[in-house]
Amino acid sequence: MKFLRTTWRNIRRSPYQAIAAVFIMSLTFLAFSLFAMIIFGSSRIVDYFESKPQVTAFFRDEAKQEDINSLQKSLNDSNLISSVKFVSKEEALKIYTEQNKNDPLLLDLVTADILPASLEIATYNIEDLSLVSDTLKESEIVQEVVFQKDVVATLTSWTAAIRGIGFFIVTVLALISIFIMVTIIGIKVSQKKEDIETMKLIGAGNWYIRWPFILEGMFYGILGSLIGWVISMGILFWTTPYLSSFLRGIPVFPISLVFLLGLLGLQVLLAVLLGSFSSYVAVLRYLRKR
Amino acid sequence: MISLENVSKKFGTGTYGVSDITLAIDKGEFVFLVGPTGSGKTTIFRLLIREYLPTQGTIIVNSWDVVKLPGKKVADLRKKIGVVFQDLKLLSDRTILENTTLPLDIAGVKPNEAIRKAKETLERVGISEHINKFPVQLSGGEVQRAAVARALILSPDIILADEPTGNLDEESSWEIVKLLSEINEAGTTVVMATHNREVVKKMDRRMVELSLGTIVNDKKGSKEKTKENGKKDEEEEEKNPPAEKSDKKTEDKENKKESPHPASVTQSGDEKKNEDSKKTEKEEDGKKIRTDDFEKALKE
Repeated sequence: MKFLRTTWRNIRRSPYQAIAAVFIMSLTFLAFSLFAMIIFGSSRIVDYFESKPQVTAFFRDEAKQEDINSLQKSLNDSNLISSVKFVSKEEALKIYTEQNKNDPLLLDLVTADILPASLEIATYNIEDLSLVSDTLKESEIVQEVVFQKDVVATLTSWTAAIRGIGFFIVTVLALISIFIMVTIIGIKVSQKKEDIETMKLIGAGNWYIRWPFILEGMFYGILGSLIGWVISMGILFWTTPYLSSFLRGIPVFPISLVFLLGLLGLQVLLAVLLGSFSSYVAVLRYLRKR
Repeated sequence: MISLENVSKKFGTGTYGVSDITLAIDKGEFVFLVGPTGSGKTTIFRLLIREYLPTQGTIIVNSWDVVKLPGKKVADLRKKIGVVFQDLKLLSDRTILENTTLPLDIAGVKPNEAIRKAKETLERVGISEHINKFPVQLSGGEVQRAAVARALILSPDIILADEPTGNLDEESSWEIVKLLSEINEAGTTVVMATHNREVVKKMDRRMVELSLGTIVNDKKGSKEKTKENGKKDEEEEEKNPPAEKSDKKTEDKENKKESPHPASVTQSGDEKKNEDSKKTEKEEDGKKIRTDDFEKALKE
């Protein structure tokens, strides 16, 4: 309690330094939150595509229904295929209409004739998609084969890149935070060096001197992480409607509350470590000299 | 209580703070360290609280070997010694009460208890009306008293006062010295560094004179001399006990045997009168010795 009192007095008596420390911590944790959410979202997208190993074969207009049926039957007989679904031209139009219901111009231009019929084929394993795709390509009635291995590969590489960039930026910001915190706490220690010297001369141990500074560092860290988290939540809720319509059908939103609270908990823990480590280093530099 | 043996302190610049000094201070003594600036008074204090380590020699404080004391124990040593620093070292952003409670806070005393004790001590040093003021709001003498209060608060066995009258007028100086003297009379060993010869002469206590880091004079005051004489007399008495006194002792012993409870021991009126008259004689002798020495010192 007495350390908390001393800590609060130190913070109150140098408000600008406190604001600078909280600001840099907020920035670090805002970046941390945003990248964590982006990585979480992109992982969900990849998972979604990976969990739906699917090949879509679009038929030529002249393809006969019997040929399509026989192809569907031969696929159903294979033990690689988990499901085969035929989408007729009319059904394709329905899907198209549903997807573009807010854009009448696009609806006017399209009729069932120009949309191809298709087969949506899902495999048990994503690795089998290539084999199915090659088989379908050999069929004369198939005009084009689209399969999500490409999509998954592209998404995976993007996610890896985002993860790498995020890790790099958060690391750089964390290092900058540590340096700034060490400087700020260092200035405070230096301002208090006579008091520290007096305390030592009347019998204070190193931890008696350290604790208020370490608590101060923790306070900046925790406050910064809370501010960073709250801002990132604001950004998340502001962008949710846009992103939801962009990622139509992919179940990313709403991001689970457990994840968001877990993120907050992790940030507070990191903040405590970051703040206390910075303060410890700052005080250590001074105490070593004595 | 305090013992320095062949202690030298050489600084990085090559100069000596103190050089080969040997000094012993008994429990309950009041000792003045006198000498001009740079004579080594503050260095001795710094060595005693291990702010400095000596280049050579041994330092014993309260049976602690200061030189060999492990780093972790230094804080404990410092809690046992109350120091009135030359520059006082009161924390400017804390009130007098907060400054006084600081050693208790460091020692882990509960806040309520610390405040109670601090108020008591501040009353003892006579500045209880200033407890909520900051050091800059007080006069020189009052700040000195606050520094003494902080040194006193942990009831240390030893008080080191480094030029506590340094910037004070004669009256305030005398008040601080009287305060330290009262503390000493309560049983605390007091070592006071000063270059105020007037105070030293008036007090007539043991005086250790330093010059250029060495002890050039170690003069006993009248009180110490009386004590020493008293000790010698006792030793002589033990060797050759006078007949009357030895009879009295045996009588006393017999009385004690008859009535073991101290409350039941009564003195006859005549005996009490005799003792009282002996006491006044002793006190008068003491005063006489003091005034004689004081006059001598003034003449010197």
